[in-house]
Amino acid sequence: MSTATTTSDIGGSPRTRAIAEFWHYFSENKGAVVGLCFVGIVICCAIFAPLIAPYSPEEQFRDYFLVPPVWEDGGSSMFLLGTDAVGRDILSRLIYGARYSLAAGCVIIALTLTSGIGLGLTAGYVRGWFEVLVMRLMDIILSVPSLLLALVLVTVLGPGLFSAIVAIAVTYVPHFVRLTRAQVISEAQRDYVTASRVAGAGTLRLMVIAILPNCMAPLIVQATMSFSTSILDVAALGFLGVGAQPPTPEWGRMLAEAREFITRAWWVVTFPGLAILLTVLAINLMGDGLRDALDPKMKRS
Amino acid sequence: MFRYTLNKVALTIPTLIGVTIVAFAFIRLLPGDPILLLAGERGVTEERYTQLAAQFGFDQPLWQQYLIFMGNLLQGDLGNSFVTKQPVLTEFLARFPATLELSIFAMLLALIVGLPAGVIAAVRRGTFFDHTLMTVSLTGYSMPIFWWGLLLIILFSSILGWTPVSGRISVMYFFDMPTGLMTIDALFSGDKGAFRSALSHLILPSIALGTIPMAVIARQTRSAILEVLGEDYIRTARAKGISAWRIVGLHALRNALITVVTVIGLQVGVLFAGAILTETIFAWPGIGKWMIDSIYRRDYQVVQGGLILIAGIVMIVNLIVDFLYGLINPRIRHTRG
Repeated sequence: MSTATTTSDIGGSPRTRAIAEFWHYFSENKGAVVGLCFVGIVICCAIFAPLIAPYSPEEQFRDYFLVPPVWEDGGSSMFLLGTDAVGRDILSRLIYGARYSLAAGCVIIALTLTSGIGLGLTAGYVRGWFEVLVMRLMDIILSVPSLLLALVLVTVLGPGLFSAIVAIAVTYVPHFVRLTRAQVISEAQRDYVTASRVAGAGTLRLMVIAILPNCMAPLIVQATMSFSTSILDVAALGFLGVGAQPPTPEWGRMLAEAREFITRAWWVVTFPGLAILLTVLAINLMGDGLRDALDPKMKRS
Repeated sequence: MFRYTLNKVALTIPTLIGVTIVAFAFIRLLPGDPILLLAGERGVTEERYTQLAAQFGFDQPLWQQYLIFMGNLLQGDLGNSFVTKQPVLTEFLARFPATLELSIFAMLLALIVGLPAGVIAAVRRGTFFDHTLMTVSLTGYSMPIFWWGLLLIILFSSILGWTPVSGRISVMYFFDMPTGLMTIDALFSGDKGAFRSALSHLILPSIALGTIPMAVIARQTRSAILEVLGEDYIRTARAKGISAWRIVGLHALRNALITVVTVIGLQVGVLFAGAILTETIFAWPGIGKWMIDSIYRRDYQVVQGGLILIAGIVMIVNLIVDFLYGLINPRIRHTRG
């Protein structure tokens, strides 16, 4: 895993030993391993969706509207988890839906990590008015409840999955900026930084090569936790109708379309939500394990 | 302490001004002509257009537009809704009690369940209860609350028929609402049926909205108490023969309170965000539903005003939390901040 290689860079110890040590702590947490396995399954579903899914997510079977799951009365073995109101196979839609949730989460985290680390690192290293400006800006973003801010941003950008991704990323940036800045400020005073400065390292080298790697552990944990929240938020915006647009099989969007059938067809409501819950839970379990493995100080409290 | 509070207030002001700039920019950044957007769906005549442009100051340079906007804002004028023609502030005040009531109940629920659960889990660390609680709370934390709300409706309203599906109270009850909080007003009206109706409408939304804060509070309380239990003075107290529960009651809980107050403060923003989803699902006539409806209806004046008001409330609550934090934590009180 890429996170493991990062730890080895931090420790400075031989890479294989660091990976072994990381895995030792990580695998001690049974929940984390279960989470990792489940996330692996979801990733496989997303990548190999056309191979796994029995049907296309948009294919409508006009003779099979709201067919219950196979184990219910009236269920059909053609549709394991039943069909929705326009006769689409729910299982296929869920499998394809994993693509949107995971991809959206990855893009959001990539956007927030790069901008958050960039701003936080510069603010923490340069200090002065730049730091004040950045931190006040982050305060402004934090003062508006995240979902509301995302909604307002999506209104400006126009509804759609991409707008939702950008909007959610903006609401996450302050957490990364604050975390990076705090880490950088405490690290910048360490002796090894002074040593490399004395040795003639330039500003950029000090920031990126000396300081940054030592700030990564909490950022990785925060990124994992934000990854799970971002899946929730993408689904929430989809549910509110401003995220992914129909007929995209995005999980939140599926729930929104299923709302009017909650009294008649429980399965159209239950499964998309369950997919969201289990994926988010699995990532959070993994995040707990990562925290234990990467940050021995705050372990198992 | 005075200095500490003053410092916090001073830090809030630039943030608040920043929020007004964001809200001001919002209408001007929307795709399309802001005047046509503000005029609503019906479109406007040439004459009305210039009149509107002058009214909102769109014919002036940007910085003057902002000054006009701020001038109005400081007089409590956030503009009028283009759908109802009502002042935004009036609409906000009419709906705020509904959200406040829901949030209070959700928070109470989260505290009543989360706090003791966290304490018990910390004291009985490593037991079955502890593991179960940690799993349940992580599940709660991972819960998509819009789905959770729908599940609650399916189970308690559709299948069991115990609770109503939506709204704040049955249409059959009428009484004066001096506080705007339905349960309290119903109680004072002396109509027991009304009170019961209000309460039964409140239960499911409160559970939906309170789930995430509950999970967070339980987890944070647990780790805060575990941390305190590891301190030397606790070991001394143990050595003197004081029982575990007594130690928790006397020492640990009080010190863990600092963490808990912070968590509660942080959850206020979360509650508002959650209120948007919860109120949408349960047709709860509060701020969250008002905002999302205004976005759907393109009533951007309302969105702009609501943004400022909500951010203002969140900031005030954070200030209060900071103040309480200073009160219970002497270390902060005595540092020159």
